[in-house]
Amino acid sequence: MTLELRDLHTHFDTRVGALRAVDGVSLSVRRGEVLGLVGESGSGKSVTGFSIIGLVDPPGRIVSGQVLFQGRDITGLPEPELRKLRGNRIAMIFQDPMMTLNPVLRIDTQRIETVRAHDNVSHVVARTRARDALGQVGIPSPDERLSSYPHQFSGGMRQRVAIAIALLHNPALIIADEPTTALDVTIQAQILAVVQKLAAERGTSLLWITHDLSVVAGLADRVAVMYAGRIVESGSVDAVLDRPMHHYTAGLIGSVPSRNKRGAKLLQIPGMTPSPLDRPAGCAFRTRCSAATETCAQEPPLTMPEPDRTLRCFHPVRI
Amino acid sequence: MLLWFLRRLLQAMFVMLAMSLIVFIGLHAIGNPVDILISPEADQAERARIITQLGFDKPLWQQYAYFLQGALHGDLGRSFVFNEPALQLILQRMPATLELAVTAVLLSVLVGLPLGLFAGLYPNSFAGRAVMAGSILGFSLPGFWVGLMLIMVFAVSLGWLPSSGRGTTAALFGVQWSFLTRDGLAHLVLPALNLSLFNISLVLRLARAGVRETMPLDYIRFARAKGLSPTRVVFVHVLRNILIPVVTVVGLELGSTIAFSVVTESVFAWPGMGKLIIDSINVLDRPVIVAYLMIVVVMFVTINLVVDLLYTALDPRVRLGGRA
Ligand SMILES: Nc1ncnc2c1ncn2[C@@H]1O[C@H](COP(=O)(O)OP(=O)(O)O)[C@@H](O)[C@H]1O
Ligand code: SF4
Ligand SMILES: [Mg+2]
Repeated sequence: MTLELRDLHTHFDTRVGALRAVDGVSLSVRRGEVLGLVGESGSGKSVTGFSIIGLVDPPGRIVSGQVLFQGRDITGLPEPELRKLRGNRIAMIFQDPMMTLNPVLRIDTQRIETVRAHDNVSHVVARTRARDALGQVGIPSPDERLSSYPHQFSGGMRQRVAIAIALLHNPALIIADEPTTALDVTIQAQILAVVQKLAAERGTSLLWITHDLSVVAGLADRVAVMYAGRIVESGSVDAVLDRPMHHYTAGLIGSVPSRNKRGAKLLQIPGMTPSPLDRPAGCAFRTRCSAATETCAQEPPLTMPEPDRTLRCFHPVRI
Repeated sequence: MLLWFLRRLLQAMFVMLAMSLIVFIGLHAIGNPVDILISPEADQAERARIITQLGFDKPLWQQYAYFLQGALHGDLGRSFVFNEPALQLILQRMPATLELAVTAVLLSVLVGLPLGLFAGLYPNSFAGRAVMAGSILGFSLPGFWVGLMLIMVFAVSLGWLPSSGRGTTAALFGVQWSFLTRDGLAHLVLPALNLSLFNISLVLRLARAGVRETMPLDYIRFARAKGLSPTRVVFVHVLRNILIPVVTVVGLELGSTIAFSVVTESVFAWPGMGKLIIDSINVLDRPVIVAYLMIVVVMFVTINLVVDLLYTALDPRVRLGGRA
């Protein structure tokens, strides 16, 4: 097991009380596996990602729960220890390729510093390694490109650079926070292909965060669906997408155009995501759920309806 | 690039022209220097002689035409009071002012930047709040009052530092400088501090705002996610970004610092251009006033030019001449 989250709670202290951005997340990513973390914007996906590498800034903090990385509990490790993991064993890439590279530093500076942050090598060696990594992600003429500034690259190229940086130390886990959302569809497909290939070659596990189910369908082995700070359902991609059990998952799938049968009405989940500051007690989805009963005001327990599948729902969808 | 440079030059010429015209008309409206310059005891003939000599018998537009003619040949006229070329008078006093202003600006960066970084990184700490509160004082206390307080405390009560003049100077490139001797340096401390107080506050606030703005950005998060040390994140990734506004503002402030040194120079009896210009305004010594303003314009234009060049060097996204 590369990564395991056990009942993770990350809160932000606000003037009106604790904002429970991550409210009891449990999930696991096996070695070499791609786990898609899906959910609407604001459901707590990014905060989950930052919690893993200990980059939640005040007023946020991990309140309880555990992050196990390769079997070791890394929750609340001292900062220098976490720093040894970051960018080395666990890498992270972000959504907006325009914003993930420092605009005023040259590409090679930003890559060489990453090499040298974890390996005590000379500048020359670091430069060579940085250049080789650029070639691997499909950047033509890496030698010339190294001394460019980020603004001289296209969005897709910048994301490749960011991915190359993430791969520099052969991490065991890459957390990708919507890395293709800001790119157009063709570029998105190219980036996905590059990451998939490199991860498969090296046995790297991926935690792929997205709000786009179609990305998950094409890329992930397993999927975890997040709603209001919790994983409401998880399982293999085929099982969850073909036979969703949670009503929220079913709603999400119904609202993806490509997966809908031709001519069928595109379904919209009614209502709005509840504000994290005032979520309904019990199942947070019950204000929007057509199958909700009084029971749903209770906390739905975590169940395993099938092998390798988890669910938090009192009245699962029947097909 | 060349076009950009020429445009700047043209702009500067135009500003100088407008400036000189305003000064001529303005001083004419304020009063007649003849009344101040000529002693009341002088007889009628003497009076007429001096008026003719200074050119005041001619109409104003003709006086201005004479001035322009001279200016084209690099002659900005002779001081009514000192009977010396106005330009030379000012240039003699310029090093003192420049020395004071540059020291003040350096001080503002050396003190303001670290304080601003600190206040930005620890905005809720007691020290961070104290720094911000201090900067409000730096902005709002009048310069002359702070100058007097500095003299009271450090010169009069404690007796640590001298409070007037430039002290012992030493020559470099044929110009006398205070900062080259211990005594001169001691004389420089209080006026420079006085002059820099506003800029320290300014730099501090800019730096703090920059840090607060930059820290949550994705590229800083990414830098941290790469496992970089906090030192590297702050002093390379954050600092490089906030240097852009800081350098721009500090550069541009150099001009106003020179202008504001008028007050400080008067308080600390610092023999620079500021003191000269105050005296000249008192006696309506037009050639000196005009020449001073000309020099200030040239200085501002030069400073802007240098700032633009620095800005380009710091921010790779900016290219001169409007090309992206
Ligand atoms: N720095 C922060 N301060 C306060 N609230 C935050 C902060 N970061 C995230 N949140 C809140 O946490 C919740 C989850 O955010 P996020 O994880 O970014 O959602 P997602 O990535 O799924 O779109 C949101 O309600 C958001 O407002
Ligand atoms: S627990 Fe109840 S409200 Fe929540 S999804 Fe299931 S049926 Fe709907
Ligand atoms: Mg997000």
